[in-house]
Amino acid sequence: MIAFTLRRLLLLLPVFFVVSLVVFFIIHLVPGDPIDNLMRAGSTPEQRLQIAAKYGLDRSLVEQYLTWMGRLLTGDLGTSIIQGRPVSTLIAHNMPYSLQLGIAALLFSTLTGIAAGVIAASYQGTRVDDAITGFILLGSTVPSFWLGLLLILVFAVWLGWVPVSGARGWTSLILPVIAAGLGGIALVARVTRIAMIETARQDFVVLLHAKGLPPFLIQLRHVLRHAMVPVVTILGLRIGWVLGGAVTIEYVFARPGLGSLLIRALNQRDYPLVQGCLLMLAMAVIVGALIGDIVQAAMDPRQREARS
Amino acid sequence: MTDRRTLAFLNAVSTFKGGISGAFLLLLVIAALLAPWLSPYPYDLQDLGVMNQAPSMTHLLGTDEFGRDVLSRMITGARTSLSVSITAIGISVVLGLVLGATCGYFGGTFDRIVMTVVDLTWSFPEILIALMLVAIIGPGLEGVVIAIAIAYLAQFTRLTRTQIMSLKSETYVEATVSLGAGHTHILFSHLLPNALAPVLVAAMLATGDAIILEATLGFFGLGAQPPTPSWGAMMSSGTAQLFIAPWVILLPGLAVALTVVFLNLFGDALIAALDVRTKLREA
Repeated sequence: MIAFTLRRLLLLLPVFFVVSLVVFFIIHLVPGDPIDNLMRAGSTPEQRLQIAAKYGLDRSLVEQYLTWMGRLLTGDLGTSIIQGRPVSTLIAHNMPYSLQLGIAALLFSTLTGIAAGVIAASYQGTRVDDAITGFILLGSTVPSFWLGLLLILVFAVWLGWVPVSGARGWTSLILPVIAAGLGGIALVARVTRIAMIETARQDFVVLLHAKGLPPFLIQLRHVLRHAMVPVVTILGLRIGWVLGGAVTIEYVFARPGLGSLLIRALNQRDYPLVQGCLLMLAMAVIVGALIGDIVQAAMDPRQREARS
Repeated sequence: MTDRRTLAFLNAVSTFKGGISGAFLLLLVIAALLAPWLSPYPYDLQDLGVMNQAPSMTHLLGTDEFGRDVLSRMITGARTSLSVSITAIGISVVLGLVLGATCGYFGGTFDRIVMTVVDLTWSFPEILIALMLVAIIGPGLEGVVIAIAIAYLAQFTRLTRTQIMSLKSETYVEATVSLGAGHTHILFSHLLPNALAPVLVAAMLATGDAIILEATLGFFGLGAQPPTPSWGAMMSSGTAQLFIAPWVILLPGLAVALTVVFLNLFGDALIAALDVRTKLREA
């Protein structure tokens, strides 16, 4: 298990290298001169040279990358052009809000999704199953930001039950969690439902029925346990999406967070901040996927063999 | 070959699900193509006397903050949203077929490098890949097309590769090889035509996701730039009016949701008719 974890950690190095390379080149690939992109309108030629020197844009690409990487490793992500504050400070301020929303949405969608899947499978072929299957289709097709706006309109504006936007207290977390979690619920419910139905056909389940065990006990104690394997696989992939997937929702609800920070930076062409946010989000995805892998390997020894 | 596929298509359309969804999609495409003639008003006609009006007889779906007709903007928006998503997925499918076929057929170092990159992008949410690319290319419709095309490239490459690899070992391919057929002939006449069905179904389902992704980027103000309407861009400018003119946001969102639901239903009908479910799941 420790060997497995260490091997997976080592595999992260090349991934991190590629991601950092892509993010580094953003500033060189955008149309126009990188120095112009870093300047405010109406700067003098002296200021231009200053900026070139400050960001090291007068040196070779390799040199620039190495300096950038060196700074990165000490936690220095540069300075936001528009806000004039260190990118790392801005990210540190916004990160907790993203984590809060992402983790709450993951928990909510997992629990609700498994419950919905189990109910649908237990009442397979009935109206209940149809309703849940229909909901699954709807949940995976409705744009999450639109659902967010709809929820704001109904529950915040018309009914006035929760705050419209922002991040004040736990009530302001309810609507974003529902909006961010819906796609996840649909996914988990679909996988759980299919896995439950397929497991229920296996011989050992037929035997349990023959022995006269109450059906709900068979479903919960035996079928569900077997059906959890593909669900955990899907969840392992989803952990990495905790932060990345919430980008849209943060923007809609005007919540602080990495996502809304990134969208604002993109619209204002604040490239150092764009780089910092993208790097953090990408790292979050990678680390999340790693956690997912390790959890899965800990639960299922076969995975350890297959993936090492 | 072609006959069997036409038959499968007809089978799909003749089911209840396939028929309804097919009809809706056909109407939508016609509306998008005939947008300039079907819209009751020009999409960019501003009439500040009728700002933020609720749906009425003169403006069936109401007006937005500049007094523009929402129905006309939605019809023209369908044109933008559909053409962007279809173009993007089209590019993605063609590139995916080429990359996947090359990897699956020849294997080797090239295959390993491509698959490493594919596996890497696989673990990232599409929205994050798209945002990364929009950051590089810059906001606008071209940027969105390229971003969506690349965000889905991994999926089509992987699917094509799996198909080609399993087809490669079929007896009829071995027979063709022993008859002295060249690589080009085998790839284009035998492998690709048989690998196409699941890829095209996957493309249909991905078009639905692409419409959502396009709407999301448009909503962020990174897609269609004013005054060009797209469903996402309409919702973006409507956010400020959410409380006084909710229809400006609700209707384009509904259009996105309905289109994607029907694309999925039609895709499902096609999957059943073409019998490609297991092939899609393998990849």
